[in-house]
This record gives sequence, C-alpha cells and structure tokens, in this order.
Amino acid sequence: MSLGESATPLGRVRGLGSAREGGEHWLTERVTSIALLLLGAWLIASLLFLPSLDQRTVLEWLHAPSGAVPMALLIVIGFKHALDGMKVVVDDYVHEPGNNFAVNLLLLFLAVAGGAIALFALARIAFGGAA
Amino acid sequence: MLVSILHRVTGTGLSIVGLALLTWWLAALAGGTDAYATFSKAAAHPVGIIVLIGLTWAFFQHLLSGIRHLVMDTGAAFELDTNKTFAIATLVGSIVLTAALWVYVLEYRP
Repeated sequence: MSLGESATPLGRVRGLGSAREGGEHWLTERVTSIALLLLGAWLIASLLFLPSLDQRTVLEWLHAPSGAVPMALLIVIGFKHALDGMKVVVDDYVHEPGNNFAVNLLLLFLAVAGGAIALFALARIAFGGAA
Repeated sequence: MLVSILHRVTGTGLSIVGLALLTWWLAALAGGTDAYATFSKAAAHPVGIIVLIGLTWAFFQHLLSGIRHLVMDTGAAFELDTNKTFAIATLVGSIVLTAALWVYVLEYRP
C-alpha cells in the first residue's frame, strides 16, 4: 500500500527496514513517555498528599481501586518504557551481535521478572483483606 | 549535548535504581510489618535520603528533557538560541523542582 506524498515520515517507515521494525518501538517509547508523565505526577502528588507514609495509611491507599489501578498502570508502563529505553542505550554501545543479544535478553528477563514481582505485591495489597 | 547525555544517564538510573526501589517498596508493603520496617529504616537513613533525592532529581530531569525531545520530534526548537534556552531550562527546572519538593518533605511535611 502506498500512501504517496500524504504519508508522514513515521508512516513511511513503520513496518519497513531490514528488521521490519523500529518505527513501532520509536512510537511506543513516546506514547508510554506521555502516560508516565501523568502517572509519575500522580505518584508524587499522592505521596505528598497522603496524611502519613506509615504502612497502614499506604496500604489503605493502594487497597482502594483509585490507588491500585493507577499503580498497576505505572508498573506495567514504567517497566515497558524502561525496557524500550535501555534497548536504545544497549544498541548504541554494545555492537557485537552475540553480546548485544545477551544484554538485551538479560534486560528483558529483568524487566518481566521485576514487573511480575511488583504486580504480584500490588495484587496482594489490592485483593487482600482490609488493611 | 550535556542534556542529551543526562537524559540517558537519568533514564538508566530510573530504570535500574528507581524500579528496583518501587518493587522493593511494594513487596515490603505486602510483606508485613517487619518487611516495611526494614524498608522504612533504609529509606530514612542518610544514604537512603540521598538516593531518594537523587532519584527525584533524575525523574524531573528526565521528565523535562523528555518533554524537550517530544517538542523537537515535531521539528520545532532546533534554532540554536531556542535549543540552548530549552536545554538550560531543563537543568534549572529539575533542580528547582527537586529542591522545592525536598524542602517541603524535610521541613514542613507533618
């Protein structure tokens, strides 16, 4: 399909290139960055406005959907954005194909494992008995 | 140049130290009284405070230079003067925001 002159520069490269990818990665990084702008502001504001940071107060906050849902989004989108960003750094500095694959695989496993641990902890808080 | 490198450094720091601390904090919250006491003690230790202040600065610096990159993705702000002004604004902004937040936390927060 050709969009000719009307296509944007990004539209022309999506799905193309030797690896048939890259355009999506670039776009995902930017979309997740805007989401994290909002979620990061939410986290800092929440921590500042909570009456205290003792365990009981924080558990009550994350037990309610109004705290648990944004936190779940922050975990998933935060780990995804971190992984996308670290890949750009790794691809710029680790050129040998075997090492590049190994470092990217390690980062992928770390991000998935870390995200799973954080989500599991949040699930225990959100779905557990009242704090 | 400096701001572009800082974007990578702060991004890497937030990815590794920031997400590790977020995960530890959530696991400690879910883990019980002792686990949260251990986390709180570490966070309130002078070294812990310095790490948290560093992470706060990294977050604001990465956020502001990230906004700068989004603006530049649209093709705007490539003029040398404008570009330099925006770059300096991210450096000043991140320090002002970090200082304001921690002065409030350490001096005024109940």
